[in-house]
Amino acid sequence: MMAAFILVCSVVTLLQFFVWYCRSLIAASAKEALSPEVRDVTGIARAASGEDFTRVMQLLQLCPERPEDRGSIQAVGTYFGLLNFLRATLARMVPSMRAWTDSERGQCAYFAAVALERRIAFSRGMLAQQMES
Amino acid sequence: MPGPFQYGIWSLCTLLEAAVVVCAITKDSFRRYLALNIYMLASIFVSMVRFRILFTYGFASPEYGYFYYYSDLLLTIGLYCALMSLYAHVFEEMGAEQYVRLGALLLLLGTAAFSFAIVMQNSSRITGRFVVEVSQNLFFVGLVLTYVLWGAMLKLRETRTRLIQLVLAVGLYFSVFAASYALRNLYPGLHNIWPYLTPVSGCVLPLAWAYAFWRIPDDARLAPSRLAMVPR
Repeated sequence: MMAAFILVCSVVTLLQFFVWYCRSLIAASAKEALSPEVRDVTGIARAASGEDFTRVMQLLQLCPERPEDRGSIQAVGTYFGLLNFLRATLARMVPSMRAWTDSERGQCAYFAAVALERRIAFSRGMLAQQMES
Repeated sequence: MPGPFQYGIWSLCTLLEAAVVVCAITKDSFRRYLALNIYMLASIFVSMVRFRILFTYGFASPEYGYFYYYSDLLLTIGLYCALMSLYAHVFEEMGAEQYVRLGALLLLLGTAAFSFAIVMQNSSRITGRFVVEVSQNLFFVGLVLTYVLWGAMLKLRETRTRLIQLVLAVGLYFSVFAASYALRNLYPGLHNIWPYLTPVSGCVLPLAWAYAFWRIPDDARLAPSRLAMVPR
């Protein structure tokens, strides 16, 4: 009985902490401005939308990986999947939830674009180092 | 006997724990988050001793089993102390640190006594089950305390991004392990998944802490209202 209670509470709080953690990652990157060239490459002219996420992730995979951002990108990718699931199920019945999931998916895409910006800068740094040596 | 996957995850987890300490030293945050770093150093030490015992006595030996569960229990208490230090960070301006410490100590003793009472009623082999029971309960108490701390942070409008991420990572870790121990108690027959689930879950905390120390500057700020699920 006690174990079942702990299991249910833990799963609920796990989901909550996961969402909060991902939102804190996204919020930390939301202040960073995108360069015009990343905007061009990703097609994010003004605000990012959820539809941009897959394309930006594909572009991310083309760049050399930075070990320090791998975990956060995977976490936000999982969060995006969770939002897609909510959008396809609960949000069909609750219109306000649909608006919320759309806004969240857009922020996930912006986070991915910021990660792409960092990876491009990282690749350029590596290239510059190679040229110097 | 653990396979290549378990050894790989074990090594990765230990490396990540070392990375947390290195990142904290590099970013000049080792002393500021001393309890967290001591916990990581203790985890590295325990990993090395576990490895030594595993190779000396074998995976199925009682020596390894006892050391595994007792060191796990001690590490959980260590994480509990690290969580208390995060409480102290959040409440430092209110000067309520000594009350936090006293409350934490009482809660820790209460959890141990509660777990001991449960095992006394149900089992003749007290020590082995006591460790699993007290670990499950400590993880759950840790989870509740993290949840309370997070609630207080939202209420106090805490803006320090690094502190927010450190606390949320502890919450994730406690949730995963409390669920895992509860599942183990409910379904002991699922013993095939523990060798995979437990080590992978163990990487969550060092990974998130290393990221927080490495990527988030100490002076970074964020509006807590951005994290609330319902926009304020």
